[in-house]
Amino acid sequence: MSALTDDTLPVTPRAMRDEMVAFAVMAVLLAIVPLTGIYPFFVMQALCFALLACAFNLLVGYGGLLSFGHAMFLGTAGYVSAHALKVWALPPELGIIIGTAAACGLAVITGYISIRRQGIYFSMITLALSQLLYFIYLQAPFTHGEDGIQGIPQGFLFGVFNLAKPTVLYYVVLAGFLGGFLLIYRTINSPFGEVLKSIRENEPRAISLGYKTDQYKLLAFILSGTLAGFAGSLKVFVAQNASLTDVHWSMSGEIVLMTLVGGLGTIFGPVVGAFIIIAMQQYLAGYGQWVTVIQGVIFVACVLTFRRGIIGEVARLLRRSL
Amino acid sequence: MLCFPPCLTLVASAYSAAGGGGPGWFSGVAENQPDQEKIGRAHNRSEADGGNCLADEFILETHGLTKEFAGFFAVRDVALKVRRGSIHALIGPNGAGKTTCFNLLTKFLKPSAGRIAYKGQDITAMPPADVARLGLVRSFQISAVFPHLTALENVRVALQRQHGNSFDFWRSKSVLDRYNARALELLDDVGLSEFANIPAVEMPYGRKRALEIATTIALDPEMMLLDEPMAGMGHEDIDKIAALIKRISAKYTILMVEHNLSVVANLSDIITVLTRGQVLAEGHYADLSKDERVKEAYLGAGHA
Repeated sequence: MSALTDDTLPVTPRAMRDEMVAFAVMAVLLAIVPLTGIYPFFVMQALCFALLACAFNLLVGYGGLLSFGHAMFLGTAGYVSAHALKVWALPPELGIIIGTAAACGLAVITGYISIRRQGIYFSMITLALSQLLYFIYLQAPFTHGEDGIQGIPQGFLFGVFNLAKPTVLYYVVLAGFLGGFLLIYRTINSPFGEVLKSIRENEPRAISLGYKTDQYKLLAFILSGTLAGFAGSLKVFVAQNASLTDVHWSMSGEIVLMTLVGGLGTIFGPVVGAFIIIAMQQYLAGYGQWVTVIQGVIFVACVLTFRRGIIGEVARLLRRSL
Repeated sequence: MLCFPPCLTLVASAYSAAGGGGPGWFSGVAENQPDQEKIGRAHNRSEADGGNCLADEFILETHGLTKEFAGFFAVRDVALKVRRGSIHALIGPNGAGKTTCFNLLTKFLKPSAGRIAYKGQDITAMPPADVARLGLVRSFQISAVFPHLTALENVRVALQRQHGNSFDFWRSKSVLDRYNARALELLDDVGLSEFANIPAVEMPYGRKRALEIATTIALDPEMMLLDEPMAGMGHEDIDKIAALIKRISAKYTILMVEHNLSVVANLSDIITVLTRGQVLAEGHYADLSKDERVKEAYLGAGHA
């Protein structure tokens, strides 16, 4: 993976200041969306995927671990939240907590299994595990197989906020996204993040300094899986359904694509990448299957011409860390 | 090279006598490995009974250390004793098993047979990170730095480890700033003050090696294992790093693998010569340089 992250810029205090400014700009831009007349459903969906891609980026961009099964966290949290909301009629906050906790538990188990292998073998094990889950969800009665869980009640968050109102839902999703984003940012810039980066840079050396690298990688995997699950739980309120699409391997591929297009190992890259990919699916939907072809072309162009991703290239041009 | 196996047996059996192994210590590991294990266990007992006087003098010892790769013995029955406070060099022609031996000592490879004791403690089955925590820290043949971290951050990662685990993902990394003073001190000590805020990837090769040594010292180890510290360096750099190693050797025990014989001659207190995975000779440079077997091993005269 080192080849993909070779060009990551070093983080210095100046860089952190730049990033905080960029964060403020992003937060303000997102906060005024409902005033602009942009279709809020699209932005909410993009925010869920942006958080998902950021969680994925924490693992691959900063830990050097390319998971090819991240859809399992999105889908699992989605199904569990949906079931809790619809069948058990739990309030939204509990639905989110239970869904996220389910993804966390899944990450503990799958991480424990997959983290022992390196490089492509790690990716293949995560893919295999997510496919295993896909077929379980296909057969399990509570997921309703091909139909998925439909018509999920949105309810009142904390008994106050009516999530059925698009504007209220938008700010709840935005708050969730910003919270998750800040947690990821803090993780990257924590003592733990420093060790994680050193493992990405040179794992044998980190071991020789006395770090038990498997434990650090496992914690990164659990954090990433849990946050991906949180994104999945939020998405249930936006889409009001939970379906097999979210656990399919092609979803895992889309997460990789979003992160690569935006910029692997950059703070804001996955957000930009997620918005671009979701916008393409939204606005090019009329072209049917051609969306996939266009996505493929973009992916090839990205790998051939701007390997650092959009934000990665911008950051390099401005000589800033973003 | 005909005289080679008997000579070797002599050298090795001399070691086994000193190490307290029973008779038949050297009776062909290749053919009967179970035997070897028995001896290893017997040795464990004898050491437990015999107190720690050996462990005090020798910080690192190996007994019958063997590594087999699918029938090929990269390292065979090596008995090595590193005296506390010395600079011990491991030399030998290409393919002699120096690096394999090194990787066995630092637990990056698992030995097929034999045992390793560090400060009297059996570390044969210990994972590499634990060995590092005991104060036995290695360097690598290819300069092992964290390329996209600055020199300061490189050293800080080591200081951070010394102060415990770092699973605290919820805290700001500004808590690490308290290590900055010590990190700068360490960088200054190896002449890298002006590189503190430069990413390691942008530093010249010789400076990377110095950074690597500073990072290793940051762990405050008792013993350093240096794998070809001079590999790929220019003259000025070699002198600098050699002086650095000499200087730090006052505080640490050093075992190094090195090809540059003049460096070895200048620095080492004792030298072990490996050929074909086995110990050929051991002694001071002056003695070894007169040793016919060592010359043969290096020049291949025996084949002529």
